[in-house]
Amino acid sequence: MSSYHPAMAAAAPQSVADVANGLREVGYLPAESTALVSYLATKLGKPILVEGPAGVGKTELAKALAKVLDRRLVRLQCYEGLDEAKALYEWNYRKQLLRIQAERQDTAWTEVHDDIFGEEFLLSRPLMDAITSELPIVLLIDEIDKTDQEFEAMLLEVLSDFQISIPELGLVQARSHPVVLLTSNNSRELTEALKRRCLYLWLDYPQLEHELEIVRLHVPDLQETIARKLVEIVGMVRDLDLKKPPSIAESIDWARALVLLGAQDIDTATFRETLSVIVKHRTDLDIVAERVGLKLGPPTGVSAP
Amino acid sequence: MAAAPVVAPGLAARLIEFSEELRAEGVNSGTSQLLDAFAVLAEIPWTAPQDFRAALAATLAKSQEDRRIFELVFERFFFRAAEAAAIREGVREGADEQAGREGEDTPGGELDLDELRRQIAAALQAGEESLMRDLARLAIAAFARQGEGSGVIGVDVQRIRRALGLRAEPQQELPVGDPRRDGVPREALRRFESLMRRELERGQIERTEKLPPSRPLNELDRALPSGPLQDLAAVHRVVAQLKRRLKTQGQEQRGHARHAQVDVRRTMRASLQTGGVPVDLRFKPVRPRRPEIYVLCDVSTSVTSASVFFLSVLHALHDSFRKMRSFVFIERISEVTDVFGRERDFRAVSEAIASDAGVADVSGYTDYGRVWSEFRTLVEDDLHPRATVIVLGDARTNGRDPRADIFGQVAARAGRTFWLNPEPRLYWNYGDSVIATYEQHCQAFECWTTSQLEDFVKALAQPVKAA
Repeated sequence: MSSYHPAMAAAAPQSVADVANGLREVGYLPAESTALVSYLATKLGKPILVEGPAGVGKTELAKALAKVLDRRLVRLQCYEGLDEAKALYEWNYRKQLLRIQAERQDTAWTEVHDDIFGEEFLLSRPLMDAITSELPIVLLIDEIDKTDQEFEAMLLEVLSDFQISIPELGLVQARSHPVVLLTSNNSRELTEALKRRCLYLWLDYPQLEHELEIVRLHVPDLQETIARKLVEIVGMVRDLDLKKPPSIAESIDWARALVLLGAQDIDTATFRETLSVIVKHRTDLDIVAERVGLKLGPPTGVSAP
Repeated sequence: MAAAPVVAPGLAARLIEFSEELRAEGVNSGTSQLLDAFAVLAEIPWTAPQDFRAALAATLAKSQEDRRIFELVFERFFFRAAEAAAIREGVREGADEQAGREGEDTPGGELDLDELRRQIAAALQAGEESLMRDLARLAIAAFARQGEGSGVIGVDVQRIRRALGLRAEPQQELPVGDPRRDGVPREALRRFESLMRRELERGQIERTEKLPPSRPLNELDRALPSGPLQDLAAVHRVVAQLKRRLKTQGQEQRGHARHAQVDVRRTMRASLQTGGVPVDLRFKPVRPRRPEIYVLCDVSTSVTSASVFFLSVLHALHDSFRKMRSFVFIERISEVTDVFGRERDFRAVSEAIASDAGVADVSGYTDYGRVWSEFRTLVEDDLHPRATVIVLGDARTNGRDPRADIFGQVAARAGRTFWLNPEPRLYWNYGDSVIATYEQHCQAFECWTTSQLEDFVKALAQPVKAA
């Protein structure tokens, strides 16, 4: 989205307001503490641990920060069973084999040995990519809570010293200082060692006015009155005890759906038809239809007031 | 870590005190966190209160629970620190203000009161923090003058609130246009009350010229709520915490078991590639342990208050364990797994259990002997060494036959059996309690505080012995 500004390229933000404005410019409306913590992270070079319910914009924050700082975003998506080979580096086994076969006849073993464990045969994975990058980058380690604890332990070296030790090559040190974001859905407790190294940012569902602003920004075609009603309803739905309360992403989706349908007002009928956009569990659907559906007016058929 | 940044020596000392207070409340804020906090404060001016607070929170409190404690301790600590400094310096704001107000207030005292009421209600509607703070002081000044304070802060706050006519409910009798007519927002009202409490405390400190003894935070959720109208949200919070811990512990166990078992069959097959030499060892895949849980919950009258809590634990556990069957019993047993699967709302669950789950409740007295034999018939074929049976009950048989032999058979078939007793250990085996006869077959826990519940969870998450 954002074009390249040479002037901005190397300039680190000088104040919290700088970061806040920058984030706003690229279409991310930060909460009060979000801008502050982001600013501190760029200043102190510490990773940020972002926690919060799903869909409140944790990953978006990383993307927006990358745009603001005008850096490349390197993303590592975590999942159960993720290991070093997929996160750090791997030896390009086939290439090594070819090399050995090509030189089989007349070279000494030590030569080949030194040769095949060089950078040429290294397949770098996201973390290695982030460390060796010439230009400063933003590194996003997404859903860290999905990995095993062993992986967390491995991250510690990367996060505190920005270096990786490879037995065959030695130490690889970062050429530039990356801004690191770790996101977590809080599905399990992270280790103290990891938390200790990070700044902590808790993102929650936004306040009504804030969310209204976000929805208006992403779906400018939606009428102001409908947008307000939409945000109020989503707030109401969140107060119910649901398996998966709707997040900001769902509010935006719903707003888009309403624009596509050309809805003039959110009445009971529209609500029931589009309910599945914001609520995605069978049991939740029933609860919401029953509790919130009643509070809305009956279908009017005429345009909004 | 960077060299010690420039922070005023007074502030540094305060921060260390503050972090010590956090530690006392159970927040894990070590030296490195503290160093981070100092590094952060070199970037953030301490004169911007919001930023100052947020920056400290980002470095010192690193989970949601910690964040809640942080907010409470922050308020308390800096309020007390400011007051202590005021006493040391001999600053009294009462004195000159009093003199000033004496002159201007007396003429229009009555008129002021109504205007004040209206203004406060309007400020609450708008939710303006600084305005609310000022008005809280005015309200106290106005009302403390006409009546004498009771000396108990909580009583005074409520008295002033009533005098102001502030209520969360709509008040239809008020004229149209009065901001109080539709009721003031509950959240703002609570905030206003806490502001008034703060101001009153400040006044008290000024009068007595000393700080009240510092108290640790009240039991946030350290004890189970015991009344029938308990705070379900609190229970859910505890259970959510336990759920997360269960998940983490499961993974620790997995780490230990890694590389434990060689899969001979797959190793042999792989060895065919290397001419029958087993170069590549193949291991049995380590699968996360999915506990199978059977829960029996006593819902008779003798455990009324505890069973509401137990039901809500059940309710929350149903979210995290797919293979879980729950039963409730009084005189006979009935399965309620479906009820939990169907209903999300806790109230609906407890109603459904009370009405149509079909607990045969003729006398209202527990008959453990009958319950065991019925339970055995129900689940006999499904029980296996990886299953866990949990009984929630007080083991009071009302003089009936405990039939510990049947219970023993059930326990023998299941991998592990736990008993959670809502009575303090002191009362066990008194009267008709027969927990000792059951304890031979299971691990019994007393469980009436959350920390005891956590002990139990630790035991629950321990690995099942390989059968």
